[in-house]
Amino acid sequence: MIYQGKQKIWADYQKEIPDDHWYYVRSCIRQNFFPGSEKMFLEICRNVLHKDFHENESHTTCGGIAYHCDTIPQETVMTIVARQFALMTESGYENYVASCITSFGNYIEILETWNEFPELEAKIRELLWKACRREFKKPKYVAHASDLIYKYRNLIAEKAKYRLVNRFTGEPLKVVEHIGCHYSKMFPSKGVGGAEYPYVLCGMIEAWGGNVIDYPERRHCCGYGFRQYHVKANRGYSISNTHKKFESMEPYHPDMIITNCPGCPYFLDRWQYVIAEMEGKTYGENGYGIPVFTYEEVAGLVLGYDPWDLGLQLHQVAVEPLLDKMGIEYDPKRKYEGLNHKDLMRPELPGVLKCC
Amino acid sequence: MDFGFKISPSSAVNLDNVDLSLYDRLHEVEPDIAKCIACGSCSASCPAGRFSGMSMRKVILDLQRGRQKEAVKMLSGCMLCGKCLMVCPRGINTRHLILAICKLYGED
Amino acid sequence: MKENILIIGGGIAGLEAASQLLKLGYNPIIVERSGRLGGHVADWNRLFPDMTPAEEVVSRLVAGASEANIFLNTEISFINRLKDSYNVMLSNGVSIITKIMLFATGFSLFDASKKEEYGYGVYNQVMTNSDLERWFNTGHDCRITEEGPSAMGFVHCVGSRDEKARNSQCSKVCCITAVKQAIEMKQKFPDAMIYCFYMDLRMFGKKFEDFYISAQRDYGIRFIRGRVSEVSENIEGKLVVKAEDTLSGRPVKVTLDLLVLMSGIVCDHQTCRTAGMLSLPLDSDGFLKSRDNIADITASPKEGIFYAGACTGPKTVPETLAEARSAALEIHNHIISLSEELNSNSEGQ
Repeated sequence: MIYQGKQKIWADYQKEIPDDHWYYVRSCIRQNFFPGSEKMFLEICRNVLHKDFHENESHTTCGGIAYHCDTIPQETVMTIVARQFALMTESGYENYVASCITSFGNYIEILETWNEFPELEAKIRELLWKACRREFKKPKYVAHASDLIYKYRNLIAEKAKYRLVNRFTGEPLKVVEHIGCHYSKMFPSKGVGGAEYPYVLCGMIEAWGGNVIDYPERRHCCGYGFRQYHVKANRGYSISNTHKKFESMEPYHPDMIITNCPGCPYFLDRWQYVIAEMEGKTYGENGYGIPVFTYEEVAGLVLGYDPWDLGLQLHQVAVEPLLDKMGIEYDPKRKYEGLNHKDLMRPELPGVLKCC
Repeated sequence: MDFGFKISPSSAVNLDNVDLSLYDRLHEVEPDIAKCIACGSCSASCPAGRFSGMSMRKVILDLQRGRQKEAVKMLSGCMLCGKCLMVCPRGINTRHLILAICKLYGED
Repeated sequence: MKENILIIGGGIAGLEAASQLLKLGYNPIIVERSGRLGGHVADWNRLFPDMTPAEEVVSRLVAGASEANIFLNTEISFINRLKDSYNVMLSNGVSIITKIMLFATGFSLFDASKKEEYGYGVYNQVMTNSDLERWFNTGHDCRITEEGPSAMGFVHCVGSRDEKARNSQCSKVCCITAVKQAIEMKQKFPDAMIYCFYMDLRMFGKKFEDFYISAQRDYGIRFIRGRVSEVSENIEGKLVVKAEDTLSGRPVKVTLDLLVLMSGIVCDHQTCRTAGMLSLPLDSDGFLKSRDNIADITASPKEGIFYAGACTGPKTVPETLAEARSAALEIHNHIISLSEELNSNSEGQ
């Protein structure tokens, strides 16, 4: 690997990311999958870095899942997105940041389509007006939330309580980064670092002390693939792709995986259980899996937030081995304790995959 | 545990694992096999092809990609009429080649 | 007085044209931006199809042009149009008045790192056709060990026939170059497994097809019809290459110790700049546009400006040399017609 060669490509794909004043839109599924992530994003941006991030409770789905599952026509998705832009305009913002990769890809794709076909944009403006009497300005900048954490990575590193370093060996942790397909595969110039060697997560890992692993199937899809998973008959195809990735990263003995997509961490996490049940195979140390995180969760850990406040108890693969390596203090008894000290009860333990 | 779906093996041919030792022996006795450019003249003119799926082009390709079982099975559809020999632009003696394949691969 | 003819480029086209123009009694002036003559051919080791040493060809051409005025490490700074001639200012401060200019500016090799998925400049074991020729010449390249690769591959059409790379043209000579280089590697490392990943094999030239047949039959080079889609590196530092074997309709994957990218021929951007000074048009493929692509390939649409070699598109060495000779003859005819015009004008007065 020639690191300078990657740096050269990274230098070619740097996008302008304004430092402050963003209109934030959430993902449909992330709050269920990773309940602490979006909260942590706002916590870091607002309370740690004192930036202006605005939310509007009226925003909806971007329609991305339905669009990629081929269940709604493009005009519908565009009108939904136009309404989101209208909410941003009404709130007085010009910079639009999406929590979800597919939303981000969706917004970029729609804006590019409107650039190519202005008549379509005019039609959508009309449809939006007819549907809900709203008007919108197109955002000046569209970013994915990981772009922002990437931008703030050094500020976060300055305030970090923990680093991505194995405290037993002093070595940097071996980190697999996985980028959602819709981040830059459709429009390489819209992603930090482009599509072949995205830098957005590598930059965070480097800034926080870890070592990035580049394994043969790094660019491969996580396996989610919308229709591949949502149609049950296709699920074998979904897990086969995930399996391929794990087989490929296995020789590197990764300590953790960081992702920037709603679907990827979920499937990389949950399919490890299914693979373990089907094949009797686990990919972490001592029968554990490889812990999978969102970038917000990792930022939260690095900044010293309590793992259970980050929602890490909802992961299938136990995160404790990684917390131990990083030297993060946690109370095992609090793992399944609700905010009101209510006992959330313990999940059933899987047969093969070792969990805490 | 049965989830109602399975991990399917990759359909990709991994050239690292292809055992070509028999093919290499075949290449020694029939070096012209390597000259095939997959034009398909042999398959197009094959009288057995439309009934049995026999295709000389596919047989050669399968042998080169290490799928010898498929190749030998397909070859059983050949009637040794020699039409493919007449049309091959690369002058491959397909009749001779087929017999050499049967001899070499039939031994196993 | 001998007529000045400015030849831009000291590659094989410029050298051959200069040598012909010298024989015809003119004063050719070669302006070459690099420090030595021979262009790309001087970087090559042996030439297909007879494995002629490139050095022999270049030194013969250099000897033929030795009487010409040659400026090395020199570029054209600007060009002023005079009444019936051009005043060309060179970067070394020399200014040349000439009625005739010959573009023998050649081509650039496509920058293989632009095909990011192939990892040139990112993965250690990826090289280009030109890197491999340099290794043939010097024997130095850390990508090739003494015992050689046990498996290696050639990727055809890197930056050629590729609209994404903005080069939709075929570079013409890479197919045969890959076959030549594959044979040369097999000769050096007989145990190596060698793959060629191709879209089409365009074996148009004299004895090219024989070369290809020999590569298949005698050297056992494995030709796989399918374009490499992605290259990555495994934990041992070997390359994992993915493609589709389009003949069997199945994806293939192979682990290689070395991958050679056949960088295509693209129009040189410096040439475009110089052409811009003279408002010379570019053809749709990005190369200089001839007056006519069939009958008048060596003439530009402008009086007194001529083309030879790969500045108008990818060419083989013999094609380039033939064009250089043809351009020299065109120039000769043009000069005769100019003086005839002059004579008839003065007689008329």
